[in-house]
Amino acid sequence: MLSIDHLTKHFGGLPALNDVSFDCPAGRITTLIGPNGAGKSTLINCVTGVLVPDKGSVRLEGTEIGREPSYRIPYHGIARTFQNLALFPRLSVLENVLSGLTVEAETGFLKSIFRPPATRNHERRLRLKAMEMLDRFVLAGKADWPVGELSYGDRKRVEMARALVSGPRILFLDEPVAGLNAEESAAIGEEICRLRNLGLTILLVEHDMDLVMAVSDGIVVLDSGELIAQGSPEEIRHNPKVIEAYLGRMSVTA
Amino acid sequence: MSAKDKILYFIWLHRTGLTVGALGLVLGFYPLFQDNPYFLGISNLIGIYLIVTIGLNLFIGYAGQISLGHAGFVALGAYGSAILTADLGWNPWLALIIVALLVGLAALLVGIPTLRLSGHYLAMATLGFNIVIYTILIQWDKITGGPSGFAGIPPLSVFGMPIDDELRFHYVIWPLAIIFLTLALNLVRSGLGLGLAALAQNETAASALGIKVSRAKIQVFVLSAVLASVGGSLFAHCFTFVNPHSFSIFTSLELVTMVVIGGLGSVWGSLFGTALIVLMPEYLEFFETYKDIIHGLILVVVLTVFPQGLISGLRDMARLKILQRRDIAQH
Amino acid sequence: MQSFNDFMQFVFSGLTNGSVYALIALGFCVVHNTMGIVNFTQVDFVSFGGMLLYTSLFAVGLPMPAAFLGAIFGAALAGMLVERVGIRPSKTDNHLVLIFLTIGLSIILRGIMKILWGKNRMAVPPLTADKPVHILGATVLPQIIWILLLTLIAVAVLAWFFRCTSMGLCMRGVASNPTAAALVGLNVNRIKAVSFAIAGGLGGLAGVLITPITTLSYDVGVLLGLKGFAAAILGGFGSFPGVVLGGLTLGLLESFSAAYFSSAYKDVTAFGILLLVLFIKPQGFLGKGRH
Ligand SMILES: Nc1ncnc2c1ncn2[C@@H]1O[C@H](COP(=O)(O)OP(=O)(O)OP(=O)(O)O)[C@@H](O)[C@H]1O
Ligand SMILES: [Mg+2]
Repeated sequence: MLSIDHLTKHFGGLPALNDVSFDCPAGRITTLIGPNGAGKSTLINCVTGVLVPDKGSVRLEGTEIGREPSYRIPYHGIARTFQNLALFPRLSVLENVLSGLTVEAETGFLKSIFRPPATRNHERRLRLKAMEMLDRFVLAGKADWPVGELSYGDRKRVEMARALVSGPRILFLDEPVAGLNAEESAAIGEEICRLRNLGLTILLVEHDMDLVMAVSDGIVVLDSGELIAQGSPEEIRHNPKVIEAYLGRMSVTA
Repeated sequence: MSAKDKILYFIWLHRTGLTVGALGLVLGFYPLFQDNPYFLGISNLIGIYLIVTIGLNLFIGYAGQISLGHAGFVALGAYGSAILTADLGWNPWLALIIVALLVGLAALLVGIPTLRLSGHYLAMATLGFNIVIYTILIQWDKITGGPSGFAGIPPLSVFGMPIDDELRFHYVIWPLAIIFLTLALNLVRSGLGLGLAALAQNETAASALGIKVSRAKIQVFVLSAVLASVGGSLFAHCFTFVNPHSFSIFTSLELVTMVVIGGLGSVWGSLFGTALIVLMPEYLEFFETYKDIIHGLILVVVLTVFPQGLISGLRDMARLKILQRRDIAQH
Repeated sequence: MQSFNDFMQFVFSGLTNGSVYALIALGFCVVHNTMGIVNFTQVDFVSFGGMLLYTSLFAVGLPMPAAFLGAIFGAALAGMLVERVGIRPSKTDNHLVLIFLTIGLSIILRGIMKILWGKNRMAVPPLTADKPVHILGATVLPQIIWILLLTLIAVAVLAWFFRCTSMGLCMRGVASNPTAAALVGLNVNRIKAVSFAIAGGLGGLAGVLITPITTLSYDVGVLLGLKGFAAAILGGFGSFPGVVLGGLTLGLLESFSAAYFSSAYKDVTAFGILLLVLFIKPQGFLGKGRH
């Protein structure tokens, strides 16, 4: 589905990603793990056009998308969340989720200022769609709240809802359960599995090993920008390189 | 739903349209109660500035950009209309439209390189633009009349009737202002408006959702310049005389003050802010000396208490109160 | 020969204005580096310095050196006051709002100066006797030599302050990472106050140096200050040598365009070139590449 080839990215001479290649098979959850600073977020940013990779390619079913600007990415059916919440704090929950439908929204200038009935109806349909998504994430009661006033857990769910509302084929999740309590994490974990069962291709970045082992179909391990291991959860669990990469830094990552 | 609830729901659903309608009614009948040309002149001035500040608020308040040079666009509109009508004998309406289009084009050319810039770079570029325009107005006296101004601009006319007194101008400026107000309200409720608000708060996220940030910024910039130009043209025909001092950077700062006081991202706030700043010298006449200090103080106090401006700040506060009360009622 | 002398004359006049722009630009930068905002009250510190010099000379009757130092000191105090009363109470960290806040403060400062000193133009005497000297074929007023010399000294003192004193090093720490600075216990409020004092002092110095040449009024600082801002932008906002270079370049450009092109349009050339630079290389010519 999505294949990443020889992806390389340097920040001022320091490699954050060095020649990383792997595939995300369709309808599977591929999980990217690695110690802090390994380059996981950088990889997602390169794939989604937020950063421009120095070398290498990203292909979606054979089409090169590695150099597309970030605003084109959602048109390929790709959606993502950010590690440090990237919501619009002064907009309401509903508006935040609606913004996830930009790809379908009417953004023509003339239609926007005259808002003919067709445009209004279309807007109403999008609004209903967004409300449905809020229901699914138990946020309907908060629809009119400005996101800046919500708890952290609620915000994380708003971001998930925003990513999913457009019905993407591919989803990148950057640490979706970081900072959540056990109950909330479990709910997100279930949601992720449910999405996979619906046929989504998911690239997950996560530090929570219980969750990772429970949901992943395949795991890719990065360390200091290098891909050091790749395999099923069972293989990764016993891979000495991985254990070393983590143990060597256990004090920092724990 | 009881009948009362239904009515309330209807009002809530159509609140924007109803408010605009009410404003239109009030202004339509206003001259019946107030026929003093002096006061009509003041409300006309509010209408003119409102057209400018609506556009500026879309740029500053919604899209979260900064412009300290919009008086430059107003100047281009005013002098453009003055030259085309007084010197070349064009029809004022045609001149207004052509000038607005040209100013839009100029804004596009200025905007494409400038809007890549952010924050203080944009502030500087727009200030610089204003200073350049202002200096040209002063120095190029063969065309602009120099520091003493440009006189003899013909008034507008509608179906052959010259719009040459305050009452007639009232019925020209306010319908226009209300039309622009309505279009702006439409825009901010559309997908495009949501995109603008989004990019103002987080460009990376907005872009990742499919909003073409640079294009959206340029669109509002051009729109705000066009509105500024229209305001300038109307200003020129209203007073039949313009001079460069009406378009200095201090005017730009005053326009920004109107927008900011009223509220970043509140179209209605612009109406409030504009009215306040235009009316204040009238009612604070004996404070004439303290005018600047009062302007500045209002700006500083409002921004310290409500960083998003007065109307927006109060609106957000009220909204939160209502939501909290509803929340408590439910639990 | 005549044309060479003229040329040198323009060089001196450009360097003079350029030095003043550089001083103002440094004021903009110091505050920008510690607080991340553009402080538009910088332009009023310039007028205020001139006003204080005028008052201490003629109303208080101080001798020149005392009045000179007093004016700079007074402008520095005004800077601290602006930060304490005007900016610190605001809780927002939205840069757009903070910029508008400084615009409001700037309007207030100009209003106050207009009331205290009136709208009329005033003449301020130069630092020392008005007898021109000849250097490299140019006729140069002693004030110009003072301007060049004192700017040099001010830049040197500033460089020393930021490199060698603990306060200066702290301020650089805040510039590079405000949260970390707060975490290790740097007193961020004091640093902000000091940066405003420095900005005020630099603005005041620019004011006392240039007003004997330009004449003095409550809004004399606006155009000078905005050119200082332009210089800061040209120099990349943040690197001190870049900013000084930006000031001198702007001064020279302006002087030569006034001489060889049109003096009526010298502001157009100055800001026109600035716009061009912004379009082509938005980071200024010594700016760090930023996205
Ligand atoms: N914009 C940037 N500029 C410079 N360096 C960066 C930038 N973004 C990331 N880096 C560096 O690149 C390296 C990889 O960072 P990245 O955020 O991808 O790590 P990560 O694997 O996501 O870590 P974490 O688990 O903490 O989220 C780090 O050393 C980081 O400091
Ligand atoms: Mg990360």
